[in-house]
Amino acid sequence: MARIQLNGVRKSFGDVHVIKGVDLDIRAGEFMVFVGPSGCGKSTLLRLIAGLEDITSGEMRFNDQRVNDKTPSERGIAMVFQSYALYPHMSVYDNMAFGLRLAKGEEAETRKRVERAAEMLQIKQYLDRLPKQLSGGQRQRVAIGRAIVRDPQVFLFDEPLSNLDAALRVATRLEIAKLHHDMGKATMIYVTHDQVEAMTLADRICVLRDGLVEQVGTPLELYEKPASVFVAGFIGSPKMNFFSGAHASPLGAHTIGVRPEHLLAAPESAGTWSGQVAHREVMGSDTYLYIDVGGPELITLRETGISGRNPGDRIALTPMAPHYVHRFNEAGRPV
Amino acid sequence: MTAETSFSQAPPPEATRRSRLTAQRIRSAWIFLTPMMLALALVAGWPLFRNIYFSFTDASLTNLGAAQWIGFDNYYSKITLPSGREITSGLLVDPEWWRAVGNTLRFAFLSVGFETVFGLIVALVLNAEFKGRALVRAAVLVPWAIPTIVSAKIWAWMLNDQFGVINDVFLKLGLISEKVAWTASPDTAMTAVLIVDIWKTTPFMALLILAGLQMVPKDIYEAAKIDGVHPVKQFFKITLPLIWPAVMVAVIFRLLDALRIFDLIYVLTPNNAQTRTMSVAVRENLFDFDNFAYGSAQATMLFFIIALITILYITLGRVRFDGGK
Repeated sequence: MARIQLNGVRKSFGDVHVIKGVDLDIRAGEFMVFVGPSGCGKSTLLRLIAGLEDITSGEMRFNDQRVNDKTPSERGIAMVFQSYALYPHMSVYDNMAFGLRLAKGEEAETRKRVERAAEMLQIKQYLDRLPKQLSGGQRQRVAIGRAIVRDPQVFLFDEPLSNLDAALRVATRLEIAKLHHDMGKATMIYVTHDQVEAMTLADRICVLRDGLVEQVGTPLELYEKPASVFVAGFIGSPKMNFFSGAHASPLGAHTIGVRPEHLLAAPESAGTWSGQVAHREVMGSDTYLYIDVGGPELITLRETGISGRNPGDRIALTPMAPHYVHRFNEAGRPV
Repeated sequence: MTAETSFSQAPPPEATRRSRLTAQRIRSAWIFLTPMMLALALVAGWPLFRNIYFSFTDASLTNLGAAQWIGFDNYYSKITLPSGREITSGLLVDPEWWRAVGNTLRFAFLSVGFETVFGLIVALVLNAEFKGRALVRAAVLVPWAIPTIVSAKIWAWMLNDQFGVINDVFLKLGLISEKVAWTASPDTAMTAVLIVDIWKTTPFMALLILAGLQMVPKDIYEAAKIDGVHPVKQFFKITLPLIWPAVMVAVIFRLLDALRIFDLIYVLTPNNAQTRTMSVAVRENLFDFDNFAYGSAQATMLFFIIALITILYITLGRVRFDGGK
């Protein structure tokens, strides 16, 4: 169980400033997700916490102890890599036991811990195999198992599901959520670019943009009260609709944001906006209608079930309720 | 006519198409292979066959056409004199030849052994990131890029007993009390040859091992860092097992080269029993002493000895030429 504090942490590679001053307090036992577009610095931030990269300036504390100069193994962390990073020449068992053996653990105790982790992850029957004899999903479980046996204070995940196919991604996501529940005392930090993973796994999400923290909060806070146009656009799927200029002025703000699920098709006379259906995507459970209201981007409307509207139809739109309207000023901040 | 009836009348179209495709693949494979097999038969197969044939004859360089078949006499023959004394002759009982075999083996194992260790060290250094790495990588290759004859001559001059720079420096440093004939003295000739060969071929070894090192994914080292693996242990438990297939292939390349060593010894230490290798002995008999048939027998034996060592190495070392994938 560890609380992690970052105070004014910066990281530069030569002239390239990747992390530009991050203050963050990660609570003990929390599941924190770093999310953001590629190049925002989320993986670098994770590697700084791991100790794989040196901090250029600022301070990092684990349980109030400064760890800036501690090596990864001294920090009591375990890390699961996107590429699994298994030792290709070692069996699954040896991969998981390697770190423990180095720590001069007793072989009996090592075996017990490896077997317990293997059972938890349902990879017990593969312990004698080499990584190359396993599927991607199984390899990722081994990587997670290797992290579990270390019984770490802090679990770090670097986009662990990116190399898995869609179905496996969902299944493994559920397992990671369960793992967090079972290992209640470990702090987990998880990096992803997928906002669905962020929403489903996190206790709190930290949205990063361009080396700075954009907003930290629970998934619902981010969804309901985004602190900027960027967060509003990044969290939620499909993406939030933004209206500006003449389309925004009736509602009294520079930019107006309404999520696709909070828009309603209205009679032509009562609509706030109106336009023509440009494209239609039928999902079965939902239909996404893409509507051209004359703005720079198409507006997405999410209708439950299979919509009867076709491309070319005229349609008027209105927010479901006033509190679903997000108002932003010119700087992109909420009003 | 429905689709089903048309299926039942025609032969299964899927099967015929696939087998025609397979036949075409096999045909094109042969088309690609034939030129190489022809070239190999001409430049390797035919000379080898002729060489083995001459080893069973009494051929002389002056008139190869007049060669007569004499069976195994070049390898082993026994004559009983009227006095009852038995005289054996031939390659199998020739002490000169077995001495050359011994020299070759000693040279091959020592040079390849040192080259592997030094090559590994150089490769590890070149694999690390530092300023000017590209320049150092290029510079390291210089000894390998110089033709052997040229570097042998350079070293012969440096090792020269009268005018050599090495004697001069060692004398001034007080390491030796009088000038040493490095390449001629029986005590130092083999060492001199070894030093020059190791100097020359370590870069080649380093390059092959470096290629193996660069195949090791970087993230494994990060996982090792998190596991808290000590650098020395990291090398022996992670790096070495992963580059082992590359090292084994590099060693076999060099071993084949070293077992056939000729040019360096011919230039650096001519006519020296301490360094005379199989190839040198073969050449002497073939062209210098006009024992063409006997030289052919030696060349045949050389071929089989190298083949045997290679087969042993590949089987015992479980070398995999696919890079261990």
